[in-house]
Amino acid sequence: MTAETGGVTGRSRSGAVAAGVARYSALVVALVLFLVPFYLIVRNGLSTDRDITAPEWQLFPTDLHWENVTALFGGEIPLLTGLKNSAIIGVVQTVGQLFFAALAGYGLARIPFRHANKIFYMVLATLMIPSAVTFVPTFVLVSSLGWVSSLRGLIVPGLFSAFATFLFRQYFLSFPRELEESARVDGLGYWGAFWRIVIPNSLNFVAAIAVITFIGSWNAFLWPLVIGQEESSWTVQVVLSTFLTAQTINISQLCLAAAVSILPLVLVFAFLQRWLVQGVAQTGIKG
Amino acid sequence: MSQIAAKPQPVTPPPAPSRVRGKGIRGNTLWFWIFVGPFLIGLLVFTYVPLVWSAVLSFFEAQNTVTPTEFVGVRNYVDMLTNGNFISSLVTFSLFALFIVPGTFALSLALALLLHRARFLRGFFRSVFFLPTACSYVVACLVWKLSIFNGVRFGLANTVLGWFGQEPVAWLATVDPPLYWLPILTARLWLQSGFYMILFLAALQRIPRELYEAAYVDGAKPGWQTFWNITLPQIRTTSVAVLLLNLIAAYQAFDEFYNLLGNVPFARPPLVYLYYTALGDVQDFGHGSAGALMLGLLIVLISLLQGRVLGLGRTPDAER
Repeated sequence: MTAETGGVTGRSRSGAVAAGVARYSALVVALVLFLVPFYLIVRNGLSTDRDITAPEWQLFPTDLHWENVTALFGGEIPLLTGLKNSAIIGVVQTVGQLFFAALAGYGLARIPFRHANKIFYMVLATLMIPSAVTFVPTFVLVSSLGWVSSLRGLIVPGLFSAFATFLFRQYFLSFPRELEESARVDGLGYWGAFWRIVIPNSLNFVAAIAVITFIGSWNAFLWPLVIGQEESSWTVQVVLSTFLTAQTINISQLCLAAAVSILPLVLVFAFLQRWLVQGVAQTGIKG
Repeated sequence: MSQIAAKPQPVTPPPAPSRVRGKGIRGNTLWFWIFVGPFLIGLLVFTYVPLVWSAVLSFFEAQNTVTPTEFVGVRNYVDMLTNGNFISSLVTFSLFALFIVPGTFALSLALALLLHRARFLRGFFRSVFFLPTACSYVVACLVWKLSIFNGVRFGLANTVLGWFGQEPVAWLATVDPPLYWLPILTARLWLQSGFYMILFLAALQRIPRELYEAAYVDGAKPGWQTFWNITLPQIRTTSVAVLLLNLIAAYQAFDEFYNLLGNVPFARPPLVYLYYTALGDVQDFGHGSAGALMLGLLIVLISLLQGRVLGLGRTPDAER
């Protein structure tokens, strides 16, 4: 941080103080607005419906109703099914997507092949059409395979991400060549160099893409809604939506279910924030 | 004041692929396919094959079946374009994009600018603004619908209105004036502004400090003057990316419309309409496929057009 000098910046100290106060006032207002929804999830989740509908707004219920938690898993909302399915789908999809995208990205970036550019443009072409728009065509295919209401139908179409492959290719193009040259001297081929030198030196980037991929998978809604036509295959988002759009709504139970559903991602954010921010920033650089 | 010339960004040529000693072209070809083949097969099977299959279906009657039956030529396309519902969904999208794209741009850039010059607690504020990215649209809609914009007295918005002596408002059910847009737009703003804020923060941090110092020497005042002449041009590439990503994301709007409003004709974006067409009571994959293909083509065209209009890839100094 450079020291502010009156001559160069033309800014007086009182002006700087006023600007700082204005900035932090705006930041605090934005902070409150951004945190209110999270507060409401917790507040309503630990309330009774009578607390929620009381004439005067209660910041927090007089008694925190933790028994809502036990009631949640024994109630009509099949939250355990949703959580289990979302966890399986999220982990398998993240690992699979990273595997295919990293290998393909490395091959496109590092292995000389005369048709590599044509293949790369074919990959890029699919980025022009967001996957949400292709849910009708993809459903037609998955339906013909008999995968509706199955984990295979939920997982497999999402394993092949052109976007992740694009990111990996850009990343590997800027990967230091000296590291790979040393691998060559040791007699490692492409496969050995990739797994023993390149991947261990790219764990930060891999972690960032992994977090982004898992969040996208956990929060996905349209495709799980389309494929999950039986309750046994519902993801946590489909469970919440089904009861949100139902005729009878139990607000406290639904808010608590929502709190449970975002808890894994909030924890991921808390522990991996640095990698996540770095990953998002890097998507901007490549974009 | 004098125009500040931006430092030209050197474009390094892509590194020439080094020939691997001891391996002929055959070895490289084999390894290329070992690395790229599995992904490519998956991409072909789950992206290109469905598109082709759907293109075929769009020329056939295909209700409650994913196999073609009676050939109908372009009737599915004509039906979609003439029955009003598909066009209406495009109008809904256009209105939505008109507000959400500049709104997200402005909010995320404002947050980034506030944070960029904050001295204390920058990481804390950044974490809070980024946290909604962890939230799904479904969870956000749950809070918006049941709590913030609930139409009864105990909703948060109506509680605040009550403090000022106002009657409760049925936010999601009011069509004239169209108050339902407020929860729709604010939900998405809350969810995605933090993500784009990170992109802008990264771009702001890459601006050379010397540009500002040179401007100050020339007598420029901090604030709007330096913002328009230095900051905005320097983050041009990121701005273009944010606008493009926002527009494509707006086309994919489904979650908040489905969960907040459902199948209502006055506010039904393209994906919601296609969802009910292809997967509703009558699973009409002929019309659904025709609609999906037209929508996909429209997105590609608008993306290319927007890229050209905004000068995608053009360096900032090319403007001068």
